[in-house]
Amino acid sequence: MDAFWIILTGALVALNGALLGSFLLLRRMSLVGDAISHAVLPGIVVAYLFTASLTSPFLLLGAALTGLAATWIIETLNQKAKLQHDAAIGLTFTLLFAIGVILVASYTGQIDLDMDCVLYGEIAYVPLDTITLASGLDLGPKQVWTLGSLFIGLLGLLLVGYRGLSLTTFDAGYAAALGINTSFWHYALMAAVSLSTVAAFESVGAILVVAFLVGPAATAFLLTRDLKWMLVIASLAGILSAITGYYLALWLDGSISGAMAVMTGVIFAVAFVWQMWRGR
Amino acid sequence: MIQHVDNPIIEVHDLTVSYDKKPVLWNVDFTIPGGALVGIIGPNGAGKSTLIKAIMGLLPLSSGYAHLFGEKLDNVRKRISYVPQRESVDWDFPASVMDIALMGRYGQRGLFKRITAEDRSIARQALEQVHMLEFANRQIGQLSGGQQQRVFLARALAQQADLYFMDEPFAGVDAATEGAIIELLKELKAQGKTILVVHHDLQSAAEYFDWILLLNTRLVASGPTAETLTPTLLQETYGGKLSLLAQVGEIASSKGVNIRE
Repeated sequence: MDAFWIILTGALVALNGALLGSFLLLRRMSLVGDAISHAVLPGIVVAYLFTASLTSPFLLLGAALTGLAATWIIETLNQKAKLQHDAAIGLTFTLLFAIGVILVASYTGQIDLDMDCVLYGEIAYVPLDTITLASGLDLGPKQVWTLGSLFIGLLGLLLVGYRGLSLTTFDAGYAAALGINTSFWHYALMAAVSLSTVAAFESVGAILVVAFLVGPAATAFLLTRDLKWMLVIASLAGILSAITGYYLALWLDGSISGAMAVMTGVIFAVAFVWQMWRGR
Repeated sequence: MIQHVDNPIIEVHDLTVSYDKKPVLWNVDFTIPGGALVGIIGPNGAGKSTLIKAIMGLLPLSSGYAHLFGEKLDNVRKRISYVPQRESVDWDFPASVMDIALMGRYGQRGLFKRITAEDRSIARQALEQVHMLEFANRQIGQLSGGQQQRVFLARALAQQADLYFMDEPFAGVDAATEGAIIELLKELKAQGKTILVVHHDLQSAAEYFDWILLLNTRLVASGPTAETLTPTLLQETYGGKLSLLAQVGEIASSKGVNIRE
């Protein structure tokens, strides 16, 4: 049963990453996803200072605001200070991540958080922290509930916002000429990325979220030129990485989230070779 | 030479736009009559694209205003259609020709209401008009430059607007596409629509347009083609560049050199 919960947790992180990552990739913003996943660290540490984990939705939202702040700083540096986009990203997320590292180091005594956990997460412990009703009924791990509700929220956002997201991604100038608020869609996407990064943080860690934001989307972009199919294929590639990653870790007796991230790369490589072979 | 008209479709008043505190457009003031096919002509960096973007509210204005159909932009947005420069988007975006044409309906339909069968038929009709219907299911990454331009035109047509802004639609397209675009522009004009086209080829300008804006940061001229495309005004618009070319031509011919070689 533990294996099932761990794989389900990984798959949910991968699904959220695949859906959001596809739009990030098409907006040439995959690196911004990377930046957000690091920049939320100070927000997470502060949230941890209040409670031992990110179980309260308010703390989750608060921590996610750090991610939004990071995207806002990047945009401002880029537009107002005329700093190149990649330099603005590098400056912003290293600064915020470093603040987070200092916070972790200063408060190690008071919170249960160390750098290993920050970087790799503790997906193997997910099945231990379950929701149990007063009647004694075990509803399964808290993480699965958090990530699951986020996934459903994300599906809702995509169903309602598919046209807005795809149009502002393809041609922001034309969208603006139609009177569509392009910043709204930009920040809606960034908010979703921040939120899912923070939610995934406990299970797979700040860095490995990036693998799920980039890998499955990149694999899907290789294989299709239809946006809806791209979202489907990215999701499947993400789920496959979670399943195969789990068994790879069992076989190697190594880090589960590390193995899952490796599998996103392996699946991309397989897709790449298949594409080359087919194109011959 | 700036000729103003009564009951204009477009009224631009004292418009100034700056990038980094440097003016790109300076005190531009003109009116455009309804049903005109207008060419916006000027050298590179003259602010031609900036002008149409400023009129459509895509850039912050330093001063001045633009009224369309005698109203503020937000009241008449559904009557306005835009064809951006082809190079402004990434054509590797995963979408089909039909997907792009349907985007033309997003403005009329709103982002959240269902796309109806009527929208689809309008989009198909628009593709037919630019001879792209047979490619409706093709991925946009597989199109030639001219075909991409025609898809952009189809998207604008699907809006069924009354006023069209087109940014360099003739740039880098094949002869067939150029012909198709001209045919389309004339058809739109015959339906009483007004079209503004950013254009950089002086040779074809006289033939294509019936109203010309000569622009080089300042507005040099606005009026019917015959009165604006004169050597004096062109000289003023292109400054040294054009006169230098003319001088080279004169010297070359006086010495009996064939300039084409």
